[in-house]
Amino acid sequence: MTTYNDFVIKFANVNGSGSASANGMFAKALFRMGIPVASRNIFPSNIQGLPTWFEVRVSEAEHFGRRNEIDIMVAMNAETFESDVADLRSGGYLLFDSTKGRDPRLARDDIEPVGVPIARLVMGEFQDPKQRQLFKNIVYLGVLTSLLNIDFSVITSMVSTQYKGKDELIQPNIHALEIGRSYAENYLECPLPIQVRHSEKLGDRIFIDGNTAAALGAIYGGATVCAWYPITPSTSMAEAFEQHAKQLRIDNDTSQRKFAIIQAEDELAALGVVIGAGWNGARAFTATSGPGISLMTEFLGLAYFAEIPAVLFDIQRAGPSTGMPTRTQQADLIAAAYASHGDTKHPLLFPATPRECFDFAANAFDYADRLQTPILVMSDLDLGMNETTTEALAWDDARLYDRGKVLSSEELDEVATFGRYLDIDGDGIGYRTLPGTHPSKGAFFTRGTSRDEFATYTEAPEAYTQNMDRLLSKWETARDILPAAEITSQNRRAGIIYYGTSATPMSESLAMLDEQGVELDTMRIRAFPFGAEVIEFIDNHEIVFMVEQNRDAQMKMMMVNELDLLPSSIQSILYYGGMSISADFIAQEVLSYYQVNNIPRIKVIST
Amino acid sequence: MTFVPKPKVRHPLLEFNEIGLTRRDYEGSVSTLCAGCGHDSVSAAITIACNEMSIPPHRFAKLSGIGCSSKTPSYFLGASHGFNSVHGRMPSVATGANLANHELYCIGVSGDGDSASIGVGQFAHIVRRKVNMLYIVDNNGTYGLTKGQFSATNDRGSTSKRGVPNLYSPIDLVSMALQVGASFVARSFSGDKTQLVPLIKAALMHKGFAFIDVISPCVMFNNHNGSTKSYQYVREHTAAMVDAQLITPHEEISVEYAPGTVKEVDMPDGSLLRLRKLSETYDPHDRIGALNHVQRAQEQGDVITGLLYVDPIASDLHEVLETTSTPLNQLVESDLCPGSEALDGVNASFR
Repeated sequence: MTTYNDFVIKFANVNGSGSASANGMFAKALFRMGIPVASRNIFPSNIQGLPTWFEVRVSEAEHFGRRNEIDIMVAMNAETFESDVADLRSGGYLLFDSTKGRDPRLARDDIEPVGVPIARLVMGEFQDPKQRQLFKNIVYLGVLTSLLNIDFSVITSMVSTQYKGKDELIQPNIHALEIGRSYAENYLECPLPIQVRHSEKLGDRIFIDGNTAAALGAIYGGATVCAWYPITPSTSMAEAFEQHAKQLRIDNDTSQRKFAIIQAEDELAALGVVIGAGWNGARAFTATSGPGISLMTEFLGLAYFAEIPAVLFDIQRAGPSTGMPTRTQQADLIAAAYASHGDTKHPLLFPATPRECFDFAANAFDYADRLQTPILVMSDLDLGMNETTTEALAWDDARLYDRGKVLSSEELDEVATFGRYLDIDGDGIGYRTLPGTHPSKGAFFTRGTSRDEFATYTEAPEAYTQNMDRLLSKWETARDILPAAEITSQNRRAGIIYYGTSATPMSESLAMLDEQGVELDTMRIRAFPFGAEVIEFIDNHEIVFMVEQNRDAQMKMMMVNELDLLPSSIQSILYYGGMSISADFIAQEVLSYYQVNNIPRIKVIST
Repeated sequence: MTFVPKPKVRHPLLEFNEIGLTRRDYEGSVSTLCAGCGHDSVSAAITIACNEMSIPPHRFAKLSGIGCSSKTPSYFLGASHGFNSVHGRMPSVATGANLANHELYCIGVSGDGDSASIGVGQFAHIVRRKVNMLYIVDNNGTYGLTKGQFSATNDRGSTSKRGVPNLYSPIDLVSMALQVGASFVARSFSGDKTQLVPLIKAALMHKGFAFIDVISPCVMFNNHNGSTKSYQYVREHTAAMVDAQLITPHEEISVEYAPGTVKEVDMPDGSLLRLRKLSETYDPHDRIGALNHVQRAQEQGDVITGLLYVDPIASDLHEVLETTSTPLNQLVESDLCPGSEALDGVNASFR
């Protein structure tokens, strides 16, 4: 039986061999055929010579989570060949280089080997050793177009676009594609029963990674200062900001830049620059990962206490310490939420898709200005660095930035007595002034030390306590301003909570569970502090699961802590191996809870 | 850290500057530092310089780190915003503040602990970045606020108040600033206002990173025999190399010097910087020569002061980054948001 647009293909390569661009082209070609796809680059912390994999999930049903079952393996790395063969599902297809004959390690008889003498084909056609290496990737791409029935013109037009301006590269690339294609058509059975066909499913959606989308969100949100320090997996966000700002933020008349980027000497300085800019009224951000957050905690405490807007993007990776720098996790929640000594807490946002990275990035600058505090956007490697299918980015041209409470010179003229930390509106948020605004009014001294409502240093217990309590009242205001949890509820007995990229496999998990007679209400957390709907959802469900990609159930800890819950009221489903969490893992965990606790299902499934 | 507000009374003999203000308008709150602290003289020198330059007193951004020195921005320019940030990190905060609004005069005040120890990395990098600011280190060679520990600028062999010698090599911030690319480098002494005030004026007019290391004795913990940062030691071992005098377009040049000893440098605002060489062998435009001179003097236990190096055609960070002439913090939606039509194009590039 032939299946269309529904498979997982995995490319096993050696990093630094040029495979990334060929594999990326493969995923994009399917997207251009209108097929929903998600890609995942599983790479080492290394530049050349170590194993790297690239997975593409092709799913007409729009299941974008990671799936452990691999349908097609392109095994191009001799070093990992054995384990790559083992990863293939029974009945799956193994594309391998048969130049040196059949690898003895290919010991399974329940899979379909597809041998192509890739090295030999390349040797015969190209002289330059570097080209020989690079075109191996293009040749297997050519083979795959025939095996999977990919529209060849889509691929060739992509080659032409990719090498626009370097025309001498277009023809050899197309030639390599044709070598692969013609070999497949002459010697292999094409196409396979697993194949693709044009689809109308995508609509106007786009194929983009979360870091690029977040960078665009920062541009649209009015960020003018980006200060950063290179760290995987956040680097591409700062780089994307620069790349797109150079297109979108240039003054037409003068060619001057309406943005400034500082590659700082470390993460401390990166956040220091952001805080200095925020204090002086420019929208500023930094992009970092867990180790950077650790270094930034001192400054986060300052910005919290001195009440300075700042936006941080934490593209989380596996910790602790250096951890697994190129693997994904959601393990910085506690470090971010309560960063710094003393009583501190910071609002967090949890985007789940690239489109949401864009939206939350743009909104974060409004929240930071409104709340006069740092906002941390908690993305992760899986979301940040992998291209996937997502809603097109959208912007309402009528939208104005919310710059929060900043007094102009004219407004200051009207103020009898200015007090930076006076809670005039009862929302815990005082009125700011920017340096240089008024000749005689509104100047104050910003400090990390205790101060009274008029920004004067004090150690008086009443003044200190009043200020700390006002910060709590501001925290309550944040609860109402930040995005509410997204809930789907049919008043079922059990509910499942998730956030960030743990949402990606959820549609598939729920479908799997549904087949097993388990129906769940869902709640996707989008921000911290939690809104009233969060406790309501938990209270209304007898069984509550929480999916997280960390060992210590950090979101649960925060809920138990902030919502005064009994720890036993939430059942954790935890995956922290560093790959993105898969649909079957979540479904299995839920089912085993039902089994262990003898909980009746809606439908009884005979096993 | 003031508990006593300063009375707003003007002495009838106080002179008005070009914008009708007096020195009182450039002061801050009452200092809470120890009586006789060199840092208060530095604050006073800043007050005098800014008044004489007739800059509106609210057009400054004052930044500092942590320590005695970093408290001082409260004590001058009370009409301007100040930011007492975290220990050793003022350079990054100042960079951000300057990026947001290049039109404000940016003054950073730091100490030897703040800039030569905990913040030595940030110090080196703000110099590299050419932030257009005046960066003053009130250098007293001691951790005053924690009661007298050695700091990294202490000369080897100089002693603590209890007579214990310092065993480690000093970090000389002037040499470091010269080495990593500061375009205006000076050293002065808090007890010498005649030298310090003109230096501050010239530094404020300089476009680029201007650094002044001010030896500013700590009367409590580092003003004894055996200290090389005491009033007595500095007075006995100072050799001024180059005097700087900033002459605004409205001022008349009143003092004439012997020909050959004066170099004049045009400043971006139309004023004139006159450099008077006090030593025949010293050239304030020779960075490597200055570096050698400073190091040799230090080796001999001498404190050389004055404007040690200036690059009159220096550039600043905004020039490097090619930012707009409108300050970034004044750009509005129409400047910043590319709009939905541009976003359609962006979307198309991801299909």
